[in-house]
Amino acid sequence: MSGGAAGTTRHRRNPGGATSENPISVGGATLFMVICATYFLVPIWWLFVASSKSRSNLAASDGLWFAQQFDLWKNIGDTVSFDGHLFVQWIVNSLLYAGLGAAVGTLLAAMAGYALAKFVFPGREAVFNVILAGVLVPATALALPLFLLFSKVQGVDTFWSVFLPSTVSPFGVYLSRIYAAASVPDELLEAARLDGAPEFATFFRVAVPLMIPALVTTFLFQFVSIWNNFFLPLVMLQNERLYPVTLGLYAWNSQTNQAPELQTYVIVGSLISIVPLILAFLLLQRFWQSGLAAGGVK
Amino acid sequence: MPVKVAPTNASPTPNRRPARHTVHHKGAIVGFLAPFIVVFGLFYVVPIGYAIYQSFFKIEREGAFGAPQQVFGGLSQYATVFGSTEFWSSISRVLIFFCISIPIQLGLALIFALLLDSPVLKGKSFFRIVIFAPYAVPGVIAAIMWGFLYVPSLSPFPAIAENVPLLGSQLVLFSIANVVNWVFTGYNMLIIYSALKAIPYDMIEAARMDGAGQLRIAWSIKIPIVAPALILTGVFAIIGTLQLFNEPTVFRTFASAVESTYTPNMVVYSTSSVPNYNLAAAYSVVLALATCVLSFTFLKITQKRAFG
Repeated sequence: MSGGAAGTTRHRRNPGGATSENPISVGGATLFMVICATYFLVPIWWLFVASSKSRSNLAASDGLWFAQQFDLWKNIGDTVSFDGHLFVQWIVNSLLYAGLGAAVGTLLAAMAGYALAKFVFPGREAVFNVILAGVLVPATALALPLFLLFSKVQGVDTFWSVFLPSTVSPFGVYLSRIYAAASVPDELLEAARLDGAPEFATFFRVAVPLMIPALVTTFLFQFVSIWNNFFLPLVMLQNERLYPVTLGLYAWNSQTNQAPELQTYVIVGSLISIVPLILAFLLLQRFWQSGLAAGGVK
Repeated sequence: MPVKVAPTNASPTPNRRPARHTVHHKGAIVGFLAPFIVVFGLFYVVPIGYAIYQSFFKIEREGAFGAPQQVFGGLSQYATVFGSTEFWSSISRVLIFFCISIPIQLGLALIFALLLDSPVLKGKSFFRIVIFAPYAVPGVIAAIMWGFLYVPSLSPFPAIAENVPLLGSQLVLFSIANVVNWVFTGYNMLIIYSALKAIPYDMIEAARMDGAGQLRIAWSIKIPIVAPALILTGVFAIIGTLQLFNEPTVFRTFASAVESTYTPNMVVYSTSSVPNYNLAAAYSVVLALATCVLSFTFLKITQKRAFG
């Protein structure tokens, strides 16, 4: 923290003051946070431990520690190859829905947000307010009418029925507008225009590099919301080969009464499917935290 | 609204724009905006319009075996919606859910954020990441995971799971609230934490010079300043709670206490699987309107409180 040094000098000068460096508050705060951190970690730890157990060991051994036999790799192999590599298909589908959907969504939102921030035209605020209202519309309220509309054009139970609606990110437009307004100087755009650069070239060469934190934030949160999406695929899809991983695991979990071996696959599949997101968040931390700061504060 | 953009930053080249009616770069504006407007229109505006349109129709049959026909029904679907006890009990259930889940969720998020921002805590980045990590777990998977933790035969805490009916009709709402809080507390913590980091250091230092302790600084300076961020998280919480679907739907596989009309969205889904699309459309419209009205009202009330 930037204030560390100043804080200690201050404390030394005024030892009687009830400042925070008081060891009792430090100890209390740390203890409290350790307890809370345990709460947040235990389910993920349990999932990892449970993934390493055979079905008979799952119920028989201590839930929070490994059984004598470490079956993680065997379990992963079984899960992945079950039913013609269905699980692999689900992961690929989720990556396509979420990866491509978030990429397209971020590009569209960035262009719209940039235009709303950097150009003056009649009706600009009206357009922005309508888009902003879109942030408040519950996504699940759209699923049913989307299903009815897609069935009019024979589009239900296709890749596109889940993919296309996922590319809309009103929140991304909001974030891009704020960020472009604050971090893309008009002088730079003017200079590019005087050099005769076309507007689209200016956008990609001048504005986009400056908007990177907002774009990464939009991408990540769009990725998460598509990856987590359950209602829309549940309504749209019949063909299990098109399922995203959330819907697939839900389907397996609903069948464990008839097919108990699925229980292991659900546990291992859950573990595999949360790893990419946790990694993405950790690796891109630096970017999305500053983007989130811009969106949350203003 | 806390989400207003400073208009001064957004106006380009004020000195070179001679009159209001000349719009520069018309082609570029259309080119930048059109792609988003098209998908927003097709997948946001049109579906909403279509749901409203559908909700004014009903299915009629001539005689018991006649072909079903869609005829104009006026507000008859809405009469059904407002007369439906299932729907209203699902609404009151999510309101109870909101009251037991959100104060804990936002309260903890605020405490975590304040601790991360204070000099009291060591190991900040570790705690920040650990508390945020569950946000990367999809709600469906979090519900499956916690479901296993609640089931007595698998739970690593059998003493609790066997003696407390976590999946019984009395407690299952709390059990679901725990799943939702587990996922979202860290996300809200980060939003509040980002707002806290934007407070100028001089302001905090001045308060310390005046002899204010950390608690006093948190209460009198930090919390009022981050009030807009708290409001934002509150609005997202309202929207999220009214949409509750994934977690209780998953819990149906663990707990018979969760019926198919447990939350408003589950009412919509089960009505549309009947299928009664017109009635389901009316439910969707009422739900979307209720969401907008509630979050808007919440914004207005809290803004008055927060900003005088």
